[in-house]
Amino acid sequence: MKAIIRLFTALGLSLAVITGQAMASGSERKNAEDYDFSFEGPFGKFDRAQLQRGWLVYKEVCHNCHSLKYIRFRNLAEPGGPEFTEKQAKAIAAEFEVEDGPNDEGEMFTRPGRLSDAVPSPYPNEEAAKAANNGAVPPDLSLIVKAREGWDYPWYISPIIKLFKGNGGAEYVRSLIAGYQDPPAGEEVKEGLNYNPYFPGHWLAMPPPLAGEDVEYADGTKPTLIQEATDVAAFLAWASMPKMEERKRIGLMALLYMGVFALLMLMVKQAIWSRIKH
Amino acid sequence: MSGHSTYEFKNPVARWLDSRLPILSVVRAQLVDFPTPRNLNYWWTFGGILATMLAIQIITGIVLVMHYTPHVDLAFTSVEETIMRDVNYGWLIRWMHANGASFFFIAVYIHIFRGLYYGSYKSPREVLWMIGVIIFIAMMATAFMGYVLPWGQMSYWGAVVITNLFSAFPVIGDPIVKWLWGGFSVGNPTLQRFFSLHYLLPFVLAALVFLHIWALHVTGNNNPDGIEVKSEKDTVPFHPYYTMKDLFAIVVYLMVYAAFVFYSPWYLGHSINFAPANPMSTPAHIVPEWYFLPFYAMLRAIPSKLGGVVVMFASIIILFFLPWLDKSKVKSAKYRPLYRQFFWLLVIVCIILGICGSQPPEGAWLRVAQLATAWYFIHFLIILPLLGFLEKPKPMPSSIAEAVLGKDEEAAKA
Ligand code: HEC
Ligand code: HEM
Repeated sequence: MKAIIRLFTALGLSLAVITGQAMASGSERKNAEDYDFSFEGPFGKFDRAQLQRGWLVYKEVCHNCHSLKYIRFRNLAEPGGPEFTEKQAKAIAAEFEVEDGPNDEGEMFTRPGRLSDAVPSPYPNEEAAKAANNGAVPPDLSLIVKAREGWDYPWYISPIIKLFKGNGGAEYVRSLIAGYQDPPAGEEVKEGLNYNPYFPGHWLAMPPPLAGEDVEYADGTKPTLIQEATDVAAFLAWASMPKMEERKRIGLMALLYMGVFALLMLMVKQAIWSRIKH
Repeated sequence: MSGHSTYEFKNPVARWLDSRLPILSVVRAQLVDFPTPRNLNYWWTFGGILATMLAIQIITGIVLVMHYTPHVDLAFTSVEETIMRDVNYGWLIRWMHANGASFFFIAVYIHIFRGLYYGSYKSPREVLWMIGVIIFIAMMATAFMGYVLPWGQMSYWGAVVITNLFSAFPVIGDPIVKWLWGGFSVGNPTLQRFFSLHYLLPFVLAALVFLHIWALHVTGNNNPDGIEVKSEKDTVPFHPYYTMKDLFAIVVYLMVYAAFVFYSPWYLGHSINFAPANPMSTPAHIVPEWYFLPFYAMLRAIPSKLGGVVVMFASIIILFFLPWLDKSKVKSAKYRPLYRQFFWLLVIVCIILGICGSQPPEGAWLRVAQLATAWYFIHFLIILPLLGFLEKPKPMPSSIAEAVLGKDEEAAKA
């Protein structure tokens, strides 16, 4: 037991040394800044107001370039998410033009969105997206927080850090969005690309999407750059794992149930084996 | 094993059925009265755990198939949108299945190393052991093809890398690869045949498990002392002694599994597999699931592609010959002071191989992987045969009962 405690202290110490600084071993990006999102940990939940603010940032800014295909407007009103009222969600949906059809004459037509519609994509197809963005396709954001990692650590510590801190996908989005900089002196400027220390390879096609004061928050929160980046990262984390709250809730019940079951089984087993020497 | 027991069923319906099809007495003889060594430790509960995991994979798999679409344009969406978001508790079924594969392999690795430690592959259990190796191979094939089904980036590129291995064989290589693909690249025909086989193989696996248990019930269990059962004093009936012990272990194991399913469901996977397959963009690192890493390390440790493929397959094939490579008459490492140390060295070497498999095969990593690969083969081909002659086993008790009860008590009772 003592040895185990010592091991963990040692690991914790090296963890403190390693975190915060970019990985030494030649990875060409900066680790995302750690941030305590409300949804972290076994009991963490989404902050509704934050998700609503994040949706606003997505809709006003990111949606100009990025689709969010797996989110339907009804999801915005479901438990465990931003929890807009159904009326609000309907109004949000109606703000979007959705292509439908064909109608009786065989024509496609557009109509205002409904709750059952997915968030419509900004471009009709990938080629159009590419043409509008210097040849790079803005990825769909429905799974982006699960599809990206925010930090790299040396192999001997990485599995333990990631077990407790996660992959850092939401932190990555937050740092990326708020982290654009002028390229350091000496770095060759790449035409049509933008410098960002958090992006693998440092140069990406997305221009800085936010500058601060890009939206007006209804709840009075000050829309600084980092605030907007944090809110949209939280929103995209929900979009990637809309069942997270249900998952953790059921998980707790399942583990408690199994814990009691295991205890009973242990007692049964002990009682039976106490009949003989073993 | 006679299969039947002399048990007379009291219930008239049971008696009627059993005299026509003795299914009840077989169950009774094999699962209730079956004499089992009284000294089995918790490492012996992994057989039951494995059976549980197979059942979980089959049940969750059948439910997934109800909503999954095996087509390159739809597979990713059917998993990530339909199953994960729209199907009631679809996320639970999917995470149980994805993590179930990992926990299946954790259990099988423990089960295999248990066999290595206690010499369970030795006479008279050679056939039992060899069926086990076939099960292991079938599991790997199943898991590999299953991982392709969600059609994410790593699914696709993993399929490309692994199917390409077969091109290493001279002359027949390229035709084999095209035949596997059903075309000129990994594409829709590949996905559909992998889906078909991924559904089929688990049932083959279930049949193999049946044979495995049949063979087990002919020879009976090995045990931590590696001494064969000599009399009834050495055993206890399977039920309730081991049914209840196994059940306890299964529940504890499932709790660890559940902790991952509910709290870290993609910890054991790859983030990049949440991006849909894109043949135009190769991921920076193509790495298989963790349970293949030691073999992947051996594959890449050899500078020639053909050599790597041969070595990787040889590392598994060699297990078939293990019963004849190990020349020691003593089964359990408990009484084999030298073997015990080489066993733990092998465990460490396999873990090192796993770590090497997750790293790019360059520089020091490549050297370490080569050394570890070499040691893996030295262990089986040189150390094991030699130990049989060089090692002096420790004195052993004459029976399981003596090992459990101690010599004096055993003598006093007799
Ligand atoms: C002007 C169009 C545009 C806007 C507006 C925009 N993006 Fe992007 N985004 C892009 C493009 C283009 C890429 C692809 C970059 C590349 O691969 O080099 C991208 C890539 C990304 C990535 C993936 C980076 C990676 O690791 O591959 C994320 C995350 C992202 N954007 C988030 C956002 C968020 C959040 C917003 C809203 C605050 C936003 N984007 C607004 C064009 C845009
Ligand atoms: C030996 C037992 C099995 C193993 C080891 C296994 C393994 C796997 C693995 C590793 C995946 C990929 C998981 C992911 O990342 O999403 C998968 C997916 C899948 N499996 Fe299995 N499986 C088994 C049995 C079955 C059975 C019996 C069925 C159907 C009857 C099935 C149906 C599916 C389907 C439809 C998918 C795609 C959905 C998904 O990716 O979650 N599996 N399997």
